[in-house]
Amino acid sequence: MIRVRHALAKGAFRLDVDVEVPDTGVTGVFGPSGSGKTTLLRCIAGLERSAHDSGLPAHRRNVGYVFQRPALFPHLDVEANIRYGARRAASARVDADQVIDILGIGELLDRRPGTLSGGQAQRVAIAAALLRSPDLVLMDEPLASLDQARKDELLPYFDRLREELSIPVIYVSHEIDEISRLCDHLVVLDDGKVVAAGSLFDLLAFADVPQLGGGNAGVVLWGKPVDTEDGLTCFDFGDGDIWAPGDFTGESVALRLRIAANDVSICRERSSETTILNVLRATVEHVRDDDDATVIVRLRLGNQKLLARVTRRSVKRLVLKEGDRVFAQVKSVTVRRQAPTALLGR
Amino acid sequence: MNLFDPLWLSAKLAFVTTLILIVVGTPIAWWLSQTPSRWKPIVQAVVAMPIVLPPTVLGFYLLILLGPGGAVGSWWVSLTGSALTFSFAGLVIASCIYSLPFAVQPMQNAFAALPRTLLERAWTLGATRVDAFFSIVVPMSVRGFVSAMVLAFAHTLGEFGVVLMVGGNIPGETRVVSISIYDHVESLNYAAAHRMSLVLLAFAFVVLLAMFLVDRRWSRR
Repeated sequence: MIRVRHALAKGAFRLDVDVEVPDTGVTGVFGPSGSGKTTLLRCIAGLERSAHDSGLPAHRRNVGYVFQRPALFPHLDVEANIRYGARRAASARVDADQVIDILGIGELLDRRPGTLSGGQAQRVAIAAALLRSPDLVLMDEPLASLDQARKDELLPYFDRLREELSIPVIYVSHEIDEISRLCDHLVVLDDGKVVAAGSLFDLLAFADVPQLGGGNAGVVLWGKPVDTEDGLTCFDFGDGDIWAPGDFTGESVALRLRIAANDVSICRERSSETTILNVLRATVEHVRDDDDATVIVRLRLGNQKLLARVTRRSVKRLVLKEGDRVFAQVKSVTVRRQAPTALLGR
Repeated sequence: MNLFDPLWLSAKLAFVTTLILIVVGTPIAWWLSQTPSRWKPIVQAVVAMPIVLPPTVLGFYLLILLGPGGAVGSWWVSLTGSALTFSFAGLVIASCIYSLPFAVQPMQNAFAALPRTLLERAWTLGATRVDAFFSIVVPMSVRGFVSAMVLAFAHTLGEFGVVLMVGGNIPGETRVVSISIYDHVESLNYAAAHRMSLVLLAFAFVVLLAMFLVDRRWSRR
């Protein structure tokens, strides 16, 4: 585990964080704008002075920092840009060719940063940070400056990075979808303080914090593609089957299925006359407050959990209480596709 | 009297002054561009003072300071045995102060225009402050350095009042081109004054033209 302990005051804002994050996998730092996510990363990198800090200057902390906007060095070509950190690294544990390959920047090496698209520039910036052979990679909303198409283009590269390089990553974002897709561990920050920390899957299902409520409420399940029909893929998630659009049968491993609480509704009877494909048997496990009009219902499907965000009125009308046997109707499932090798331009 | 002696002396003075000013002015410009210190306006005002001060006033104070009775002058005498005033070394010191703002300001502007993220990225990539300065700041501020050098050189070349006060008019030692032109005009030797003035005029035009041409190509990139 890595202990992250920082405190500082900037005007009216106070950051006070003391949390342990795993030294493997991706830890998401999630919170609304102004909650101190970036400040925390800057403290870890040594770019901001904080109490409880080692005081080590930034260049002596072996961290790779990926900024929100890829500030490449404009006077150097791509190759010199990605070697900048490597030339100053104490060791070369990360293989340059592998990183260049994973991020698909082999063809860009003699280009100037000014000629790159936003997505390409961010990939180069990530490569530069990784070639420093860091003990820890810090990513500050690396997708936030990109439009949706560029985000979709970049996400598979992140997937491959986490699968092929064993460097722990702290990934800051205010997008729960990005966090759900990439992270294993989660730290929820609000107003400079940690309000929840733990396994991503557990926190999404169990944490009773407002930051993981509302439109952010939802769970992540692991599903293995087992069948395809009518342009849909059937996933076995251990406690049943779930259908999602797209053909994922080429994937040999279990994929992440994100199910937002807004896309789940509850009924007492199984209705055969519905357009909803996925109707799952479930047990009401817990009902927690969300906002004035809505509650979040935690449902148990065997060993897995599902969240449904429904109105208080509906709960009253159905007289829902803990232990009730119900049907969960799942309207939409987001599947995290593995990085297709073809995309990486090999 | 040789036409080239004063020209050569002026060029030598301008060259040495420019060299010193780049070395001394760079850290000052860097500090001014980065510091949040409340002393910054004071330092800035001191550095900029030669722009508005009449050269004779500056020269007068320098004469006192550098003279054998002055703080710097007496130390110099005890060190070398000769006086600073009316010597080439004294001229160099005076020129450095006189031309300091012309070297500092372009560099300061160039440094201030650099996005801070570039520096922070360099540090997180393992560069020390000095390393980041030379590998990122210097190559990205070439325009600022060129402007600083051209302005410091040209400004030193044209100085008159300060030289007259501090250096006097000693051939080969302190008789720079502007003094020499003044001399020629005084003795009604207009032909010689013309020759020297024309050289300076042409020089000023060529240098500025070259600078603006380079600038234009740079901005097109």
